[in-house]
Amino acid sequence: MHFNVKATIAALATSFTLAAPASAELTGDLKIFLDTSNPAPRATMEAMIGRFQELHPDLNIETTVIDREAYKTQIRNFLTANAPDVATWYAANRMRPYVEAGLFEDVSDLWAEPEIAENLASTKGAMTIDDKQWGVPYTYYQWGVYYRKDIYEELGLSEPASFEEMKSNCQAILESGRKCYTIGTKFLWTAGGWFDYLNMRTNGFDFHMQLAGGEISWEDERVRQTFANWRELIDMGAFIDNHQSYSWQEALPFMVQGEAAAYLMGNFAVAPLREAGLTDDQLDFYQFPAINPDVELSEDAPTDTFHIPVNAQNKDNARAFLRFAVSAEEQTEINNGANLGQLPVNAQSSVDDDKFLQEGFTMLSSNSPGGVAQFWDRDAPAEMAKVSMEGFQEFMVRPDNLDRILSRLERARGRIYE
Amino acid sequence: MTDAALTPTETQESWFHRNQQAIAPWLFLAPGILFFLFYVIFPIFQSFGLSLYEWDGLGEAEYVGLRHYEDLYWEWVDRDAFYISLKNNVLWLLLYLLAIPGGLFIALFLNQTVAGIRLYKSLFFFPFVISQVVVGLVFTWFYDPTFGLLNTMLGAVGLGPINLLGNENTVTYGIILAGLWPQTAYCMILYLTGLNAVDPEQIEAGRLDGAKGWRMLWHIILPQLRPATFIAFVVTIIGALRSFDLISIMTAGGPFGSSRVLAFYMFEVALSEYGFRMGYGAAIAVVLFLIMMVFIAYFLWSMYREEREH
Repeated sequence: MHFNVKATIAALATSFTLAAPASAELTGDLKIFLDTSNPAPRATMEAMIGRFQELHPDLNIETTVIDREAYKTQIRNFLTANAPDVATWYAANRMRPYVEAGLFEDVSDLWAEPEIAENLASTKGAMTIDDKQWGVPYTYYQWGVYYRKDIYEELGLSEPASFEEMKSNCQAILESGRKCYTIGTKFLWTAGGWFDYLNMRTNGFDFHMQLAGGEISWEDERVRQTFANWRELIDMGAFIDNHQSYSWQEALPFMVQGEAAAYLMGNFAVAPLREAGLTDDQLDFYQFPAINPDVELSEDAPTDTFHIPVNAQNKDNARAFLRFAVSAEEQTEINNGANLGQLPVNAQSSVDDDKFLQEGFTMLSSNSPGGVAQFWDRDAPAEMAKVSMEGFQEFMVRPDNLDRILSRLERARGRIYE
Repeated sequence: MTDAALTPTETQESWFHRNQQAIAPWLFLAPGILFFLFYVIFPIFQSFGLSLYEWDGLGEAEYVGLRHYEDLYWEWVDRDAFYISLKNNVLWLLLYLLAIPGGLFIALFLNQTVAGIRLYKSLFFFPFVISQVVVGLVFTWFYDPTFGLLNTMLGAVGLGPINLLGNENTVTYGIILAGLWPQTAYCMILYLTGLNAVDPEQIEAGRLDGAKGWRMLWHIILPQLRPATFIAFVVTIIGALRSFDLISIMTAGGPFGSSRVLAFYMFEVALSEYGFRMGYGAAIAVVLFLIMMVFIAYFLWSMYREEREH
């Protein structure tokens, strides 16, 4: 007993004297579950954990990397049964089921610390449910139109500033025997990206969020306007044929081979496009142009996050790790071109000088006054995302079915939001 | 003193020794029965129960009565996902049965003695050995609308490109065709073993009576292949009803859900990335179970009848 009392006093003393233990020596265990199973993110994360270990040599860190897809089902089991101290996940509505089931720890205390409150303000909204914060972001990335600069130059086109220009560009590209946009909708979410942009540009960010939140009817005239704009592109033949048979990766060759001129995608598409042989002279990026001049531009920028499960054993160590992961230096390091190649969440960190990251950072920080959305399947509840993205795919293949699709979505809305 | 004549062993013979004959089979069966009860029968009733609840796998389950079945009914009326899945299940059931005559035909063709026949037999059997996942991938590449071999072949004879897996009217047929490839091989093996057991004397007798060709096949060979046909029928029906892996690999249920079957729909609703409606998934599983029950009851009944005849 004597030793236990001593240890308790020691522990209490530590936690009192070092309330902000950024440099404190941590002891005990830290169990981290990661879904960053692709080689580059995996190495990045392991290196970051390595640096954390160096700071705290007495800490016993155990890292488990789970396949990204398998993680999505396993998280439900390990959060309840055998919780780690830190787990990766996604922001906004994707974390809602776990927040509501009481499985994610409320980390509002971290967000109250000036270090985090000031530097991470831009992503606070995505981490907030019921006025509390449930995790911290570690990276995000922009969406936009990646295009073949050489094709645009050959046809004498420039980056479109309006929807009209986007369509006239497209007409010129079609006349040269190419398709304007490549896309692979086999796994549905890519169509969600197009819907995000068309709807945000037609009706604005707030409307888009209300639609995702089930507050607006799918048979609303404004939603129909979004689909009408979409249909103009579909009827032109702007998208590659048979996109319903391809995954997003399988749609890349069309752009690499010059059969399609552009791709509306997240920044993660740059790496495979470069690997396939496109140089930075051939590849460029533009912000999705305005459609309705009355709405402010808003963007998709999905955020990946760290959370502490409620059933975690070492929450203090976990909090220390979260502070470490969002610190300016770590954010600069893990998001640079050699690692994740994405955008840091900490305002004090610097963005890699990769041209896509620079353009994306500028776009998100100064040219998206409307707001920053996560992505359709993270902003809408999972069930609604599934049915609606299936509807988007059907619309892209059979635009004449629109009425049927919208009435189906409206019925789903009635059931899902209650 | 006659009692003394009884040997000690006879008086002390335990209850177990006396009933050994009756008990032994049950002892051997016990592990199997226990596992069967625990892992098969119990979950069936559990699914029935779960289908009455709304549950996301995390929070509290909420009792909703028969509401899931009502939703399924409306999906049926509106020709929505459930209707499509059920319709596709029927298509699978009917078309998958083509594996039986297909397998019989190949078995008859291969049931001869020429040099290297074993190699041919193994080549025909090969598709059954490889994983369904690989079969799915191979056929997906074969059907690929831009680069696939199918369209290259069609192009050579002047037919336009078709997107078999991207068209909601053809996708199920495309997947069933891929499924028939290994299933035919399975039926072929069943028939090849069956043909080994065909009585040569009966064939001889038939031949003396002037039977050959179709008549020989219909009246003499096929009746002797009845056990093989029965097994082929059972495995094909069950295979068709539990079709899942090919759909998952080749189309993920698409385009826009038109290649779903009940098993896949259940998985999508309950266990996939955007799912976790456990109760609704259980309701679909119950429907699938009831359909399977029709066939299982029929199989059990016909097996029972067979047993009694012998």
